[in-house]
Order: sequence, then structure tokens, then C-alpha cells
Amino acid sequence: MRAVIAEDSVLLRIGIVKVLESEGYEVVAAVGDAEALLAAVEEHRPQIVVADVRMPPGFTDEGVRAALMIRRQWPGTAVVLLSQFVEERYAADLLANNTSGVGYLLKQRVANVDEFVEALQRVAQGGTALDPEVVAQLLLRRDRDPLHRLTPRERDVLALMAEGRSNTAIAESLVVSDSAVSKHINSILTKLDLPPAEDSHRRVLAVLRFLEVSQ
Amino acid sequence: MFQSKIDTPPRRTAPAAAVRAAAAARAPWSAGTRRDTLFLAAGLPFGLPCVIVIGLPSAALLFGLALLTVLFDLQSTAQRSRVRALRGVEVPGRIPPDAPWLVRLRAGLTWRQAVHHLLVAPLQMLCAGLALGLWGAAVVLTGFFGWVWLLPPGYPLRSGPGWVAEGALATLGGLLLLAATPWLVALLAAVDLWTVRALLGPNRAEVLERRVEHLARSRVDVVDAADAERRRIERDLHDGAQQRLVSLAMNLGLARRTLKHLPPEAMEVIVAAHEEAQAAVKELHDLVRGLHPAVLEDRGLDAALSGIAARSPVPVHLTVDLPGRIAPTVEAVAYFTVSEALANAAKHSRASRVDLLLHRVADRLRITITDDGVGGADADRGTGLTGLRKRAASVDGSFAITSPRGGPTTITMELPCEL
Repeated sequence: MRAVIAEDSVLLRIGIVKVLESEGYEVVAAVGDAEALLAAVEEHRPQIVVADVRMPPGFTDEGVRAALMIRRQWPGTAVVLLSQFVEERYAADLLANNTSGVGYLLKQRVANVDEFVEALQRVAQGGTALDPEVVAQLLLRRDRDPLHRLTPRERDVLALMAEGRSNTAIAESLVVSDSAVSKHINSILTKLDLPPAEDSHRRVLAVLRFLEVSQ
Repeated sequence: MFQSKIDTPPRRTAPAAAVRAAAAARAPWSAGTRRDTLFLAAGLPFGLPCVIVIGLPSAALLFGLALLTVLFDLQSTAQRSRVRALRGVEVPGRIPPDAPWLVRLRAGLTWRQAVHHLLVAPLQMLCAGLALGLWGAAVVLTGFFGWVWLLPPGYPLRSGPGWVAEGALATLGGLLLLAATPWLVALLAAVDLWTVRALLGPNRAEVLERRVEHLARSRVDVVDAADAERRRIERDLHDGAQQRLVSLAMNLGLARRTLKHLPPEAMEVIVAAHEEAQAAVKELHDLVRGLHPAVLEDRGLDAALSGIAARSPVPVHLTVDLPGRIAPTVEAVAYFTVSEALANAAKHSRASRVDLLLHRVADRLRITITDDGVGGADADRGTGLTGLRKRAASVDGSFAITSPRGGPTTITMELPCEL
């Protein structure tokens, strides 16, 4: 799987390249700014892009803007954004049209290589990987009635669903059985007037639609 | 032994020495006396315009007075430079030359200036004239015998009966005047200087006003500098130590994932190091956020507050209605006060919900934080609340809390949007 990496910190860039290569990705380009990123994507047409949000020359949201452009021009490209801080509007922009193959993670998460690799795989396979902090902030903004109908446990499950985790991963994280998670999810989908579905991608889509990220 | 001699000054001789020194300073030929005389003489022309105008026929008088008012600023400037050049005293308080007329009329200085140029300056001119006249008389009288000697023989003054006795009297009078005039000159010069400072300089209220302005400005500078320093440290930590630490943790994680054939002891060490590095990354991240969150600088209050609201253990309902950005220092104050208030609510209130509202009222940012907890918070006792009050006060903000027993607790803060 071809990958392009855009990260202005050289140390981190080398680290991310090593992690991706150790997982069998073919890193075709590792660049330091958004312009070079777009050029590399144009040239190599990678399956996955890992990009820092804040890059030269402006050090603001170059990565987000580049990611949006990539998604528009080559919709099949999976994109993982790394950010120093959580800004839910970036995530909302990124998720606005299509939730498959999108990731938005706090930069510090890459320190936990296992989680980072797992998130990468999820996104590469067309899934979603949102940082728990992003999800928490998205939930904060959607303070509407249907959410109040959920129990605290169901909210936890919803948050983990929104991160893009599978039932098994949710069960592990909450230390409950798989069947309990299924039950919670069915209950959530019922309370939110969403038909239950087995496909995890559609499930994430449903969650994000509920979060009003996508139209 | 002799140290005690040095320590105890010769008290009895001190007054005598002081008197001698004062007398030396007031000698007719001393530099001080020369300076005082010069100062008074330089003040002479300032009374002239007024005297001339008053001497005008009544038809021209009004015109003359109007002309004088136009000259006031010019005269004041000249007076100030006289005082600066001859006395080394800076008299501040100039009205800006482009100030509108209303501002001029309302300024106390305008009126004190008028009093000085219309009333005091002519009087001072008379006094200066008097002083110079005395100098002249003293010199002429002291030199009586010299003048007489210069007269041709047979001149009546020299031949009259008793002229020597009269001449001696005149010389004595001259000497007395010569001794007394320096004191008079010094007194007049002091009065002159005092009136210039009092009438052309700022009065006490204006001095205080200026001082308050200066203090307010310097406090803003200090608060801004502290804030800028925090931001710099945040940036340095983030760009330096944090990146290195993340990359270190990443490498350790990679080693942990890939080096499957290592002996278990070595793997244990790597695992421990990886966990430690991750903990350090998290700690540093929290520390940096506590210094000055980058999101606050990049994205403003709304984004930064949604971050702390999302992490708050008590569910927060956040409403931010702020068009545009406000002064960075005020943003920082607002951020840290809200952060502390939420931490307080989580620790003490036993609340199930916090409502956080930020909106702009004219040029003030109003922050309202309400929780449905047990209440009973006292701003005079809780150190956390005192901290909030201090933070608000650092930018001239207001802080109020109502917290009856049984709740709810409401904290209201108002901060200026611009410093």
C-alpha cells in the first residue's frame, strides 16, 4: 500500500516513516509542507496520506486544507490528520462529505504505536479514526434532546463508536462482553431513530450523521 | 577610637558653617546670584505684551486681548524654555497644538496659563525691573567716590560743604544694597520659578491623572509580557522537547512491536521505557496546555474552551457568542479563569451540569458560569475563587459570585475586550 507522509518535524517524520514501513506500507514520499504534499499525491497517487495539520509556511491549518483538496480531487485516498490540539471544526470539515477513510488524531497518540497502527489500518480499510478528544468535543456541541435519552453507559459506547471502533474493541475498552455492547448499540440506534445495521462503516456514518457533522 | 570621632559630627560648628556657605552663595559676585539675576532679566520681556495691550486705546483693547490669547501657547513655550535653559527644570503640561478648541477651553491649564500671562508675568516684570534697578543703584552708590573723582575739579558736587560725609553715607548705603540685593534676587527668582511651575505645569490632579495613565499602561505591558513569555515557553516546549519525546516514545514502541526475538528481560526494559516515555508525553502535553494552549492562540476562545469543556468531568453546556477575536491577553485571562472555575465546580460543587456562557456586551466580554451544585462557595475564603478574582482584576475586569447554600452557584465575570 503506497503512503505519503507530510510532517514538518524531521524527527517525527522519520519515526512515522519507520512505523509505516514496519507495517508493510510503501512510503513513496515524505515531505515537510502542504505544497510538496499535494505534488507528491499528484505524482504517486497513494492509497493513504498521513499529514500534520500545522505546517509551513503559515503554521495554521495547511494540512486540513491540503487534505480537503486531496479528498475532493482523489476521493479514494484515505487521509489521517495529526494535530497538536483538538479542533472539532477541522474534523467536521474533513468529515463533511464523506466519512470513510478519514482519521483525525492528536499528535501525541503516535507515541502509542499499537493504537496508531490500528487507527491507520482502520482508515486504510475505509473506516474512521477519530481521537477520543475530538469525539468528546463533537458530543459537547450536540447537546440536543435525543442525547439526553441515552444512559451514561450508552454515551460511552456512542463515543467509542464515533471513534470508529469495532464491537470487540468497545467491549475490551469498557471491560464488558461483546453481547452487552451489541445490546447497547441496538438501544442507542433505537433511541436515535436509526435502523440497526451490522456494517460498522454504516454505523459510524449513522453516528456522525447524528452528531450533525455530515449533512 | 578615632572612629567614634568620625562618627560624631561636629554639631556646634554645623550651623555656623551653613550660614557661611549660604552667605558665600549670596555674595554679589557668586555664580548663584548671577544665575538668579540672569533668570529674572530673561523674564522681563514676558510682561511686555500685556502691558502694551493694556496701554492701548479702548477700541483696540479687545483686538489686543484676542491677539494675546493666540500668543499664549507661544509665550508658554518660551517660558518653559527659559526655565529649562536657566534653571534646568522641565515643566511639562503642554496642550497639544492641534487640540480642538473645546478641549482647550476645558483644560485647566488654559486658564492657569491665561492667569500667568495676563497677571503674573506683568507683576514679575515689575519685580525683575525693581531688582535690576536695585543692582544699578547699589553699584552706582558704592562707586560714589569714584564718580566724584572722575568729575572735573570745581564741579559743585565736589566742593559743597560736607560732601565727604554725604558721600560716605551713599557708599555705605550702596554696600548695604549690594549685600541685600542677592537675597532679594534669589527670593524673586524662586517666586518666579514657583509661579511658572504652578501655572504652566500640571496641577496635582493632572499629575495624578498622568500617573494613573502611566501605571495602567505599564501594567498592561507587564501582563502582556507575562502572557507573551508563557506563549514563548509553550512554543519552545512544543517544538522542541515534546516532539523529541514523542519521537522517542515512537521508536520505543516500534522496538516493542518489531523486536519479537529479544530475551524477555530486554523486552521488559523496552516496554517499561515505552510506558514511561508515553507517560512523559502526556505529562508534558498537560503542562504545555496549562501554560498557554496553542489552540487558544490559533483558533481563539471558542475552540480552546470547547476543549476544556469536553474534558471536564461535569458535563458542560457551552455557548460562545463572540464575533471575531479579542485581545490575546484577555483571551488568556478568560481561558484560565474558566478553566479554574470548571475545575472548582468539579471538585467542590457536586454539580451534575454546568452552563457556560460567553458573550460580548459592548466592549466587555461577559462570562457566566452556573452550576446546579450544592452552593455555599465563598469568594472570601476559597483560595481558588480568590485566584479567579485576582485574574479578573489583572486586566481591570469585574468578578461576582452568588452561591446560596443549596445552590445554584453563579459566577459572573466581565473583562474588557481590548486593553
